[in-house]
Amino acid sequence: MKHIISILIENEAGALSRVAGLFSARGYNIESLTVAVTEDSTMSRMTIVTSGSDEVIEQIIKQLNKLIDVIKVLDLNDGKFIERELMLVKVKASPQYREEMKRMCDIFRGRIIDVADGSFTIELTGSGSKLDAFIESLDNTVILETVRTGASGIGRGDRVLKI
Amino acid sequence: MATPAKNAKPNPVSAQTQSEGLSDTHKKTSSHEISGAEIVIRCLNAEKVKFVFGYPGGAVLHIYDEIYKQNGFKHILVRHEQAAVHAADAFSRATGEVGVALVTSGPGATNAVTGIATAYMDSIPLVVISGQVPVPAIGLDAFQEVDMVGVTRPCVKHNFLVKDVRDIAETIKKAFYIAATGRPGPVVVDIPKDITAHKTSFHYPETVEMRSYNPVLKGHSGQIKKAIKLLLEAKRPMIYTGGGLVLGDGAPELVKLARTLGYPVTNTLMGLGGYPASDPQFVGMLGMHGTYEANMAMQNCDVLLAVGARFDDRVIGNPKHFLSEKRTIIHIDVDPSSISKRVKVDVPIVGHVQAVLSEMNEVLSTEKIKNEVSAWWAQIGEWRKVHGGRYENSDLVIKPQYVIEKLCEVTKGDAYVTSDVGQHQMWAAQYYKFDKPRRWINSGGLGTMGVGLPYAMGCQFADKNAQVACVTGEGSIQMNIQELSTCAQYGLPIKVILLNNRYLGMVRQWQEFFYEDRYSESYMDSLPDFVKLAESYGHVGMQITKPSDVEGALKDAFAMKSKFVFMDFITEQKENVFPMVENGRGISEMILGDTKKSDNNKGVK
Repeated sequence: MKHIISILIENEAGALSRVAGLFSARGYNIESLTVAVTEDSTMSRMTIVTSGSDEVIEQIIKQLNKLIDVIKVLDLNDGKFIERELMLVKVKASPQYREEMKRMCDIFRGRIIDVADGSFTIELTGSGSKLDAFIESLDNTVILETVRTGASGIGRGDRVLKI
Repeated sequence: MATPAKNAKPNPVSAQTQSEGLSDTHKKTSSHEISGAEIVIRCLNAEKVKFVFGYPGGAVLHIYDEIYKQNGFKHILVRHEQAAVHAADAFSRATGEVGVALVTSGPGATNAVTGIATAYMDSIPLVVISGQVPVPAIGLDAFQEVDMVGVTRPCVKHNFLVKDVRDIAETIKKAFYIAATGRPGPVVVDIPKDITAHKTSFHYPETVEMRSYNPVLKGHSGQIKKAIKLLLEAKRPMIYTGGGLVLGDGAPELVKLARTLGYPVTNTLMGLGGYPASDPQFVGMLGMHGTYEANMAMQNCDVLLAVGARFDDRVIGNPKHFLSEKRTIIHIDVDPSSISKRVKVDVPIVGHVQAVLSEMNEVLSTEKIKNEVSAWWAQIGEWRKVHGGRYENSDLVIKPQYVIEKLCEVTKGDAYVTSDVGQHQMWAAQYYKFDKPRRWINSGGLGTMGVGLPYAMGCQFADKNAQVACVTGEGSIQMNIQELSTCAQYGLPIKVILLNNRYLGMVRQWQEFFYEDRYSESYMDSLPDFVKLAESYGHVGMQITKPSDVEGALKDAFAMKSKFVFMDFITEQKENVFPMVENGRGISEMILGDTKKSDNNKGVK
């Protein structure tokens, strides 16, 4: 099953490689990994999307906690949470497609952020599955390139990951 | 590693920074400011380090210059960086203190990696200080540069690259703290050369606080009570202890607990000495080459208390087979990730073994023990008769098991015994009776050939008057044979017990069992004359070829209290280690004897 794991980690050189190295060394899946500094510049917040049986996820959490630089680990799937990902898609927008592209973009609440002679660049945010759905709804031949940030996640309401 | 040859062209960046020594920001130094190199030395002395095992080279020359000027710790010059780390590792295993090694950058650092990985797999607390090229040269493929933090990341508990002289003291303090606490392990501190030249004032922190690292020590009281209740209701109880019990110095508490309960105890390879081998409650080592009774009891118990052990593949074999029998498992470990890793545990207790066991003893002292397990002991007694550690002795050819039995007698079971990896390691584990913890020193997790001699060095430095025996094979000993020179330099009276069968015995045994006797590259041809080799270093060499000479030779060797004695025992070539659990099988599926030699060949399944 897919899990989204949030990690607070010391903002130090090499911290990312410790986490990435742990996943590759122990053969765990990474679907996506995002990391950036938090409001406290000594800490980074990382979101990892992974999958595995309950036993594997339990080991992943334990192994992450064992890393010296890791301050806190939270499996967001243990409660309610929000997941968001940003995607930029460049699509063909020749005259006969322009209207349809605009319509599709509106349906998914995306924004066209760059317009050129033959193409649009669309910005879309949402859960990973929403972004997948958008890609699927487009004809493959109109997509010129896609870039996704990977998911960020945060607990709902009182669920706060903080030291 | 040596410094570059005179005519070698130095890297322009490193040459520049090395000649300048100090960067602008550090040029103004007041009289109380000292160099990074001196800070390193002061830190090690503040940690009351007794020995630093190392090898000099370009990137650590400033540090070595400070070593020359100080008289706190003693530096031990090895002949290869791998041996430095192994010796520091053994010193730690024997004493419980943090072992310290010092190596230079590049090849010095990579040579140390096998030693670091060996210590990591067995959770041995080490601080390994490696030199690094100067900060401005990092990443430019400088001479003797390697990304030590990157190379060691998967095999250390933690590592640091120090990029500011003001961080050295705090980093070393943290390194010792991280290495020794929680589940211990090696910590690497990589220090660029220019940082050891920069100056700053020295202050060694007294305590460390890390928001991201707070190991749990005290066990959960509710879980402990639950565990005691289960143990007191068990019909077929079993206590299984590993290296964690030894490293956590919990053996006295475990002995008290086991004797109060009167339950059988088995030790893993790493855990030998955790429970006295000569005690009647001890059923021997378990696992791939464990005793029949230990493996059968492990498989058939109804309540299992696991202490500082991790249910690894060499211990329980196939986890599916192990779990096919129903039992309740209580697991005490300081590392939560060791619990329920390979085998699902019913009552996990995270904490330091010593703290948890003494709390268990307290709870137990308030209970009335009326549990009756004599039927279980009777069953174990039956199992004991099945194999009983028998081997067929001979008057004509030396049996390796016989050498170990005699070694145990001659040293009164009180020596530090180090081993390399292979058949001789298993025979040493099976036939030497370890009554005390920290006496059996071997590479259990990584299985590193070549540890035996440097391990013996570490033990002899730990206890200069102790009897130290290095049980080895002719394959393993040659992997760090250069250390005979170190032993000569420091006058270490180690006794090498070489069980020489002219084969890589364990490889050959597997080839006999599983590859239809195709002995691919497992025969050792062109062996040196070990007697002459030992003598060339000024040691005593002996070759023993007759069974009747074994005991006398051992007595003679151990009577030479100040001499290093290299004993080359020419043994039976094709002796096999039994019992044996084939890779991937269950632990109760043992092969008990040689199919070619005896009737006892069916294998009990």
